[in-house]
Amino acid sequence: MNDFLIFDSISKSFGNHKVLDNVSLSVKKGEIFSLLGPSGCGKTTLLRICAGFEEPDSGRIILNGQDITKLSPNKRVVNTVFQNYALFPNLTVFENIAFGLRVSGTNDKTVKTEVYKYLELIQLTDHAHKKPQKLSGGQKQRVAIARALINKPQVLLLDEPLAALDLKLRQRMLVDLDNIHDEVGTTFLYVTHDQSEAMSLSDNIAVLNEGVVEQVGTPTEIYEAPRTSFVAAFIGDTNFFEGIVTEVNEPYSMLSIDYFTDVLVYNDKKIKKGDRVYLSIRPEKFTVSINKPKLSEKYNIVKGKVEEIIYLGYHTKYWVRVNESLVEAKRLHDTFMLDEKMITWGEEVWLSWHADYCYMLEQYKLEDEALLTLPDEDVMAAVETAENEEDES
Amino acid sequence: MASELKHRSEIPLTLPSMTWLIVFFLVPTIFVIAMAFRSADPYGGIGNEWTLQTIKDLGNPNYPSIIWRTIWLSVVSTVLCIITAIPAAYYISKLQKKAQDIVLLLIIVPFWTNFLIRIFAWKVFLHPEGAVKQILDLLHITSPDSLLLYRPEAVLIVLVYTHLPFALLPIYAAAEKFDFSLMEAAFDLGAGKIQAFMRIFIPGIKQGLLTAIIIVFIPALGSYVIPDIVGGPTGEMIGNKIAQRTFVDRNLPHASALSAILTLAVILPVAIALTRSFFKEKNSASIGI
Repeated sequence: MNDFLIFDSISKSFGNHKVLDNVSLSVKKGEIFSLLGPSGCGKTTLLRICAGFEEPDSGRIILNGQDITKLSPNKRVVNTVFQNYALFPNLTVFENIAFGLRVSGTNDKTVKTEVYKYLELIQLTDHAHKKPQKLSGGQKQRVAIARALINKPQVLLLDEPLAALDLKLRQRMLVDLDNIHDEVGTTFLYVTHDQSEAMSLSDNIAVLNEGVVEQVGTPTEIYEAPRTSFVAAFIGDTNFFEGIVTEVNEPYSMLSIDYFTDVLVYNDKKIKKGDRVYLSIRPEKFTVSINKPKLSEKYNIVKGKVEEIIYLGYHTKYWVRVNESLVEAKRLHDTFMLDEKMITWGEEVWLSWHADYCYMLEQYKLEDEALLTLPDEDVMAAVETAENEEDES
Repeated sequence: MASELKHRSEIPLTLPSMTWLIVFFLVPTIFVIAMAFRSADPYGGIGNEWTLQTIKDLGNPNYPSIIWRTIWLSVVSTVLCIITAIPAAYYISKLQKKAQDIVLLLIIVPFWTNFLIRIFAWKVFLHPEGAVKQILDLLHITSPDSLLLYRPEAVLIVLVYTHLPFALLPIYAAAEKFDFSLMEAAFDLGAGKIQAFMRIFIPGIKQGLLTAIIIVFIPALGSYVIPDIVGGPTGEMIGNKIAQRTFVDRNLPHASALSAILTLAVILPVAIALTRSFFKEKNSASIGI
């Protein structure tokens, strides 16, 4: 109905390596749609297929009702913001932005008014006559965006546009990008490996892994209701549990989890007694407390021993040994809660969480456990990865 | 302050090449120019007195046509070399790295044969009794009484043949460094293949083009062996005249005068271009940020 850009069963191989395997997606008009995945998942190839730089082995791309699969890049009403900006070094900022209009033979007067309109949008009017190499990274990025937008594309393709910028600038550019999108209303197809970029910017996200779409949904859906173990582990931190259904009730059922405990879970999947199911529980859903909390029966409560603590400023990560399982829990700091100051290595604590926060996965792969952050024997390594994650968010 | 410091540290670094240029280029050039104002002695040596006679002798009515031929042969051969080298460099630089190395090797292979032998090979190739001419006659493309050899066109062909690698290598070096994602960006923005090529690729390899032009044009101007072997009397260039004045007429001042003109003709455009770009840089430096 309002599917504006449709990828219809796209497959693509480079040699023997299958990069995209029967990918189907649909993007609505005017939204920011992100392709999120680790490097090598095929997201950039999909973008390049959309731009016309690669041809799919099979499948079609439909833009605004028109099949553009065979169209050459210069005939497509899509424009790209390249990862390395690809600004023309021999041209000034003004001429870079004007390029699309120049090659289409637009008259000088229109070019001038249009370019200044977009220079104003990206707030670089004063830099119009500089060469790109005199600009900072963020400024180059904005020129690349203006250069692509001036052609009034039906879809703007952004290939990891913020990857080359430092953390603070990335955060500012995210806001700028959002503002630019609000102003022009163009459909954005945004490729990134950074989950926080995708989460904060997108209307919808497609998570890709090894050429396959794992899940499509809003940022909330993807985070709160991950379909597969990959999505759960790639986006944010999580804990996986494998359990056997012992009791089926509405709306809550009971699972027995080896090496852990019996857990009350919310039923949103069709399960029957004896089924093997996989759970994802986000670390921040656990409450860590020293005294046993008094809670309703919809809560799970279990006792464990703190094995590892990583202090991360605005929150702390705990790894708690419960029977034979190691559980990651996150806790925000609250200086008024004296309780937390007393939690230390080797201490016995209570973990409690609501049954609604146990999310059953549709698909589970053992190798996705490698994506989880676990406290290494070498603690510093764990601290380091945790800090990197910190930078990302 | 910082730039002054940088300048000072540049002096010792440029000293060796500076000395080299002064000893082997500047001083000899001054000698050559000075010699043009000396009288010739009857035994092939140089007289003691200063004179303007040699300069007046340059008014020889033979010279304008030879100078004109020298210029057009050099310009046309340079243009042909560059036009051929640009697409070649474009495609070579888009090959896989291994294939690039092989192609480059093939380009350099002819250099392992002596230059003179290669020119003589062309003489055999274009000779009236050579296979090429015989076949062309049989096919009635040329008439039997025409010549392939001993005419300016023969010089032009061999000039292009000899200088093409020298044009190709610097242009390839620039093309190899060229960021081809810029071409993608140009296509993406709606440019056709030719537009992207002219607006983005050509400016992108500008430095290589300038080097190629200088490296082909200057030796072409001073060609001596090629017109001597394949040119005949109608294909003579200024280099042949200088050699004749030196070895046949034994008139060193006259040869010096011709050489001086050639040298100045080469230096002046380069000097003008260099000073202009120097001032342009200075201006933009004072304007920029």
